[in-house]
Amino acid sequence: MRTLNVIGTAYRATLEEQDDPVIWITRAMQGAGGEFDVLLQGNAVNYVTTGQHVPALAFGARRQSHAPALGDDVEALMSKGSTVYVVAEDLDSRGVHMDEVIPGISRIGRDSVPRVFQSYDRVWRW
Amino acid sequence: MLRYLLIESRDSFENRDTLNVIRMADALARAGSEVTLFLVENGVLSARRGADDMALAALAASGVAVLADEFSLSERGMSANRLTAGVRAAPIDVLVDHLAAGTRTLWH
Amino acid sequence: MSKRTTLTFALMDAPFESARTTTAMRMIDVATRRGYDVNIFAYEGAVGLSFAHQKRHANAVHGRDADQEDHPLTREWVVALLEQAAQTGGRLDWVNCGLCCDERGALDHVPGVRRGSPADFWRMASSSDNTLVIATR
Repeated sequence: MRTLNVIGTAYRATLEEQDDPVIWITRAMQGAGGEFDVLLQGNAVNYVTTGQHVPALAFGARRQSHAPALGDDVEALMSKGSTVYVVAEDLDSRGVHMDEVIPGISRIGRDSVPRVFQSYDRVWRW
Repeated sequence: MLRYLLIESRDSFENRDTLNVIRMADALARAGSEVTLFLVENGVLSARRGADDMALAALAASGVAVLADEFSLSERGMSANRLTAGVRAAPIDVLVDHLAAGTRTLWH
Repeated sequence: MSKRTTLTFALMDAPFESARTTTAMRMIDVATRRGYDVNIFAYEGAVGLSFAHQKRHANAVHGRDADQEDHPLTREWVVALLEQAAQTGGRLDWVNCGLCCDERGALDHVPGVRRGSPADFWRMASSSDNTLVIATR
């Protein structure tokens, strides 16, 4: 049963969690045998941009060991066979050019989203 | 025919993205799906008659079922008789009815 | 005998932070009253909903002591829904994401809920008539 996870919220608690919680749970459920693809919209389209880098984070002597690497996590999804769709208008309105995104994403127009939805058994919006 | 229930919990005054939910509802309906938009929590604020939300009014006029949670309306002092034309008050049970019927349900 | 309707909900909001919590509880209430089988996967802050150490308090602004205030506690709502499900013949399976519990120190929960993982959510969703994800913001 193929599921499309739609992700719109971005950078919510990602520093504390060292992951995006929805990308993370998608990968965890893939590991449990689920077939998942992802559609990024809204601010979450920024996850496919290159050059995301979390500066060193430390509070007193407590330093972060594994800063989130969200672009890498999106690439990891794709390497496991997931399609990652990105809404073109949301990239464009945020001034993101295609030479600034990781290779392999599927850029789609917002008008195509209903057609994409219809090709899945389930659609979950996170 | 696919059925979709889009639940909108946010209002259009503070959340620009609600416009995309309305566009999605419209696009799904034009693509042949049966679509219901259910306003809940602050989402009902957009449905007060006279509120500045032309997109919601247009959607309600287009044939997509637009419902507003009775509980949320009452909580906000909004009368079911003073909603944007085409928007109807409904109990939360409608959401569970749709879920039980297998309607594809997306929360915003 | 026809198969009982089964619904799965994924929740993410911590208690006392969002209207989404009450709306979710309202839907779960309707479903359990109907005798449906209901699965809850509490993810991230939602593992706090069943935290055993939530405590009632007074409300000096309104001049009410703790008993008078009778402040809602989501752990009590969870227990009430579990009891309601038992009475109507449905099943309410409330699963907290274990890692989310660990990082929040939310290790003590009301009786009747259990610890789980994303694999549980996947299994629940796979065997349900429908699944609704109510994400946080």
